[in-house]
Amino acid sequence: MMRTGKFGPGRLFVHLALVVACLVFLLPTLGLLVSSFRPRNLISLSGWWTAFQTPFTFTLKNYQNVLTRANMGRSFLNSLIISIPATVLPVSIAAFAAYAFAWMKFRGKEILFVVVIGLLVVPIQMTVIPVLRLFNIVHLTGTFAGIWLAHTAYGLPFSIYLLRNFIQDLPPSMLESAFIDGASHPKVFLDLVLPTSLPAIASLAIYQFMWVWNDLFVALIYLGGTEDVAPMTLTMANMVNSYGGGWEYLTAAAFISMAFPLLVFFTMQKYYVTGILAGSVKE
Amino acid sequence: MSGAGSIRSPGGRAGRVSARARRAEGTVASPAKENAVNIILMLAVAVVGVPLLLVGYIRLSEPLAGRKPRRAALMRPWLWLAPTLVLLAVFLVYPVVATMVESLENADSTAWVGLSNYAAVFTSPDNLSALGNNVLWLVFFTLGTLLFGLLVAVLSDRVRYESAVKALVFIPMAISFVAAGIIWKFMFEFQPAGEIQVGTVNAALTAAVPGFKPIAWLVNTTTNNAALIAVGVWMWTGFAMVILSAAIKAIPPDVVEAAKIDGASELQIFRLVTLPLVAPTLGFVATTLMINVLKVFDIVYVMTNGNLGTDVIANRMYKEMFNYHNTGLASAIATFLLICIVPVMIVNIRRYRRGVA
Repeated sequence: MMRTGKFGPGRLFVHLALVVACLVFLLPTLGLLVSSFRPRNLISLSGWWTAFQTPFTFTLKNYQNVLTRANMGRSFLNSLIISIPATVLPVSIAAFAAYAFAWMKFRGKEILFVVVIGLLVVPIQMTVIPVLRLFNIVHLTGTFAGIWLAHTAYGLPFSIYLLRNFIQDLPPSMLESAFIDGASHPKVFLDLVLPTSLPAIASLAIYQFMWVWNDLFVALIYLGGTEDVAPMTLTMANMVNSYGGGWEYLTAAAFISMAFPLLVFFTMQKYYVTGILAGSVKE
Repeated sequence: MSGAGSIRSPGGRAGRVSARARRAEGTVASPAKENAVNIILMLAVAVVGVPLLLVGYIRLSEPLAGRKPRRAALMRPWLWLAPTLVLLAVFLVYPVVATMVESLENADSTAWVGLSNYAAVFTSPDNLSALGNNVLWLVFFTLGTLLFGLLVAVLSDRVRYESAVKALVFIPMAISFVAAGIIWKFMFEFQPAGEIQVGTVNAALTAAVPGFKPIAWLVNTTTNNAALIAVGVWMWTGFAMVILSAAIKAIPPDVVEAAKIDGASELQIFRLVTLPLVAPTLGFVATTLMINVLKVFDIVYVMTNGNLGTDVIANRMYKEMFNYHNTGLASAIATFLLICIVPVMIVNIRRYRRGVA
């Protein structure tokens, strides 16, 4: 019987291929990180991999410059200001709707839920022109409130879909006994359903947060012209256009923008992957 | 519908100027006035106030729904759904219909032009080139991502450091397209032959391949689309890997054991056992990737802005809208995107219906 043993050529190929894969997925990000700590003149004179030879010349100046001069400090705050409400709002609004879809009977429920599923894949491009018109009329263009509303609405179909699936699968006996005890819908929802749904809510919240944090398009459309409210993605995209090869700025800026998602990823990997798996129906 | 000039460019360099001009005219609320106190207040309202308000609203709506249980049961769902329905109607349903209508109108939505915007989608050289690139993306991005995702999923299944490999490959999923665009612009950096190569790709190839001449990957029109697609594959491989890996792990071990006892080689097991069993998952991942790639925007916008023959339809839509102020054509491009996605929408709805029945 031919078996690929522990040290056979087949085995060697497996390890080799995986090492190459790891390098391909690690090196680009590592190169950026190393470069962000190198002085400006060195970045353009020698490859980032030479940084590990003597003399070691590393600096924090790029970060200092980019945070103070290139508006990245402000943008970091803006990204937070945009992402936190744009996560809390859709998740809390969707929770009520998901409960109604899962545990209430009403006419047109099926059709309404089919509409929600249909809206899951509608390209945002399809909505921006009329919404921008509305925003211009009510002066929401270039404001935090405007982009909160937009992200909330765009996040709703998926949030409702995910939470309703979870809430639907709760054991009916649990809810029924509460109703028999005379509990009202608001009470059952707040005291029973909400606490039990926390894992699903966590996955959803992380997914939505990362989506908003990493979004460029929605920010470009509704906040594009206004630097003071621009999130990091937008500021970086503008920097690429205007600085061209200013790598000392770009590398530091990119790493600042990645730090937060990476932290979330490494600390809450389980929830995030669950969200991604569930989110694969979206878009 | 308000006519010309109501939609003005946000993004890009030109956009910034015009937004400043708008602010000077007083037509746009100045965000500079949003000082720190205001922002904190607004944040508090949004993060704490709105959820509390929702809870209060739901509690108060109980007596509002009526004292008679039957009437209450009739009213209650709509009260719970009201905030959702308003938001979906304003930001999704109405705009979709309005965009479809505008796709039949001229540049400033003042006259009907029938289907001529759609004709422009399929005839203007810019749009044709973008459509061609979207087909390239559709084929090579989808195949590449599936191939690498499957490869990593299958191979990492056999080693003890599986979780480390998977975490590394998955990292690009957690960062923004903009950051990935910057990372890879730096990877693709180009200096003329003979000079020191700072970009990793050119440096590695110069060192490894004798007589290799450095390539300006993002400028050279034979390589630039491939370079952009490679970035897309790099970002999404982790997604395909996670889902395919779950499918591979779900294969019953005794099936694989039986094949081994029958003397099947590793390759035969992969071809005859693993592949057929994960085929439905492959199909599902492929569909998801294709919907996403139709709308590809960020990578192209950041890395080349669609110059030198790299444009894609989502970026064309953006340019028609904000650079050329052609609302009609921009709407037609968006509607075309939606039409491409409708089959997936129908499949999703069918799958849900089957689940209900």
